[in-house]
Amino acid sequence: MRMPDPDRDVLSRRGEIIAALRRIVPGEGVIAEEEELRAYECDGLTAYRQLPMIVVLPETTQQISDILKYCHGSGVKIVPRGAGTSLSGGALPLEDGITLGLGKFNRILDIDYDNRCVTAQPGVTNLAITHAVEADGFYYAPDPSSQIACSIGGNVAENSGGVHCLKYGLTANNLLGIEMVLMDGETVRLGGKHLDSGGYDLLGIVTGSEGLLGVITEVTVRMLRKPATARALLIGFPSSESAGDCVAQIIGAGIIPGGMEMMDKPAIHAAEAFVNAGYPLDAEALLIVELDGPEVEVDELIGRVEAIARENQADSVRISTSEAERDNFWAGRKAAFPAVGRISPDYYCMDGTIPRHRLSEVLTRMTELSEHYDLRVANVFHAGDGNLHPLILYDANKPGELEKAEDFGSDILKLCVEVGGVLTGEHGVGVEKRDLMGEMFTEIDLNQQQRVKCAFDPTQQLNPGKVFPILHRCAELGRVHIHSGQTRFPDLPRF
Amino acid sequence: MPEKFDPETTEEVRAIVADALASKTPLEIAGTGSKRAIGRAVDLKYVLSTARLSGVSLYEPDELVLRAGPGTPMNQIQLQLDQHGQMLAFEPPDYGPLLGGAAGEGTIGGIVAGNLGGPRRIKAGAARDHFLGVEAVSGRGEVFKSGGRVVKNVTGYDLCKLMAGSWGTLGVMTQVTVKVLPAPEKTRTVLISCADAGTAIDAMTRALSSPHDVSAAAWMPAPAAARSGISYVAAAHTALAAVRVEGIGSSVDARCDALRDELSEFGEIEELHTHNSLKLWSEIRDVRLLGGGLHAVANSGDDAIWRISVPPAEALGLLGWLHAGLEMDAFLDWGGGLIWARVTGMVDAGSYVIRRAMVSTGGHALLVRARDDQRAVEPVFHPETAGVERLTRNIKEAFDPERILNPGRMFDGI
Repeated sequence: MRMPDPDRDVLSRRGEIIAALRRIVPGEGVIAEEEELRAYECDGLTAYRQLPMIVVLPETTQQISDILKYCHGSGVKIVPRGAGTSLSGGALPLEDGITLGLGKFNRILDIDYDNRCVTAQPGVTNLAITHAVEADGFYYAPDPSSQIACSIGGNVAENSGGVHCLKYGLTANNLLGIEMVLMDGETVRLGGKHLDSGGYDLLGIVTGSEGLLGVITEVTVRMLRKPATARALLIGFPSSESAGDCVAQIIGAGIIPGGMEMMDKPAIHAAEAFVNAGYPLDAEALLIVELDGPEVEVDELIGRVEAIARENQADSVRISTSEAERDNFWAGRKAAFPAVGRISPDYYCMDGTIPRHRLSEVLTRMTELSEHYDLRVANVFHAGDGNLHPLILYDANKPGELEKAEDFGSDILKLCVEVGGVLTGEHGVGVEKRDLMGEMFTEIDLNQQQRVKCAFDPTQQLNPGKVFPILHRCAELGRVHIHSGQTRFPDLPRF
Repeated sequence: MPEKFDPETTEEVRAIVADALASKTPLEIAGTGSKRAIGRAVDLKYVLSTARLSGVSLYEPDELVLRAGPGTPMNQIQLQLDQHGQMLAFEPPDYGPLLGGAAGEGTIGGIVAGNLGGPRRIKAGAARDHFLGVEAVSGRGEVFKSGGRVVKNVTGYDLCKLMAGSWGTLGVMTQVTVKVLPAPEKTRTVLISCADAGTAIDAMTRALSSPHDVSAAAWMPAPAAARSGISYVAAAHTALAAVRVEGIGSSVDARCDALRDELSEFGEIEELHTHNSLKLWSEIRDVRLLGGGLHAVANSGDDAIWRISVPPAEALGLLGWLHAGLEMDAFLDWGGGLIWARVTGMVDAGSYVIRRAMVSTGGHALLVRARDDQRAVEPVFHPETAGVERLTRNIKEAFDPERILNPGRMFDGI
């Protein structure tokens, strides 16, 4: 993975930059010792590592503004970092860059029941927001698997999803407002406690922008009332086709489950060996369907889903009768990643999305690729919205195996795009999928996206090297190219 | 009369925009023009209409996705969705009559370009939340795309978000892909007679904080209720709060019963069933309860119409300020988070009083309908802070550096 060439001039000024940062953030907030920097060398994508030049841990928005202003003036790059759980290398440090950690921004600022929203600092974890309001019967809907650790600021940067987003939406659909600091140190507020924006939807474009547009310093999200009840079905199928058909028919019948997850045989076995959830080991595919809402509705829909499952050759159907049983159904799915981690020294998690009806075709081609690369693969799948998480099993200690796993992963993502899907459903592009962007976008598409980057950060000092395969200078991107000699409408006046 | 271009393909749109760019000729971008009265007046010699970029090119009900040309009439899309028991969950409104035109003339492109949504906004989101993919021609004369046809997608920047609500000032959309959802099997509305806005907002807040999955909550003061075409509502002679419940039959019944119990302390309770419930929410969605010669030509009246989005808990205070300073008729949607107001007899359309009061409440106000001379002078879109204004200009520059797409429709030069 090639990162932008480090700036020798900046590296030579390291001591002076540390001194300047210490003037802004006194005490322990500036980290410059190698052994302490080591903790920041990677995020959740551990295959890529780089020691940052310096780490700074500010405590106030004013300090962030001062840091950015200083860096803007002295040409130093910034990598914002929340909890460091990104699976795409979004917080991978730069050799000549400052990693700006938001871990000290860990307070919930306001719980507003009248407006049904919570305002938190960006370092607050996703789950802490739910914890803050659940005693009163509310919760925050997006629930990425890393919710115990991942930060709400990171969720905004990545537009995180989770198992419930089919029904309740992604971060973008649950976010009301942010405060952010731009690269030149200016602080802006986008949105608030009201809905929608009067002008351009800047809040929408910042969501999922992977730390390239600004540093988020405050987040306001909607809280929802917890559904009265939730029950789940655990359904075993003799083939992934029948499981896929069942999913299509559930949605075709007008039912939008709170969650709908699929696992293939290798994933079922790994999970069962790890947590003993009682998964059917003879099934080729397993579906967990969760219905939530008023009791009478859930009871009726459980019956409808069961009937659809039976029509689609389900071998086994279990229906949860208690919260403990429902949790147990989920236990295997939620532990799927560590469970796969037990049966293989290393695994590489992919994140493509496909149109659902292409599932069995994609799984068949994936099996062929698995044979071709001689690497095993286990699949967990957000079945309702077509988001695939193939886990490629490999051993980093075997020479060449990581590269093989990466090639396998690229082939899977190219396959997702080929069938009408996308490279990443919820993990982000980061460095991991950066060089695959050309599979989905033309140069014109990518240039237009980069011009948005330029609108926020014209000097391209915020998290460079992520998302875009080729970095163009903003001045170059801004030029207007007139394609002359193509005039087909001569009646337009010419000057 | 401006000269009109009616391209039928993306390539034709690109060629027209490229020509306009080469000659620095600004173009008005429109669909059928049904929402032309919204925004600052754009008076240009040339119109590029997307009306003939029409037709649904992909609709897969099982995959909850629909793709169409921007000029596709909403009526046509609605018809196809009805056949499969599906809907656009954000409840796209029809402002035709409100703006002095006919009903049923809007296009999907206009709905998306205005990021318009109806009463279900509080539960299901606005057009922006259902906008999965776009192909468009930028003011640089280039065809670009963003997003895709799947819901779960974080690949690259979500330019759909910028296109939604940009009123044709960033690009000419040539194809839009939207998420569709199953339509509810049943709908019912609980009505609570609430004489004053404070009680109504308390009742709506209670309903929206309950586990009964309320999909809309509005309040009509007595004059607004009297304009309803539903005889019970019109004859009630009192202000009414309305709370909507949707879903499968047994669930709707159970939740309505629970809401009747829990809301009875706020006022007398009644219930509207299927047909009347649908009718009431379409009246609210399309803003047919404000009166004031709405069917007259938009330019002829003195009445201005405002759409004000605020934090719900600020609505009561804001209403008080506005009533004190303006001759005004209003109703509330979104549990108080949306104020629809008709302001009478103000030279500035009520702009000064409204904008000033909102400094402390937050939110934004859109002057939806006013005379041309008012729209030329008063800010139609809510004024932005200096930092946001700078970003807005930079975004315009990124997409349309020569200011050839609907220039000035939203803000001066934007």
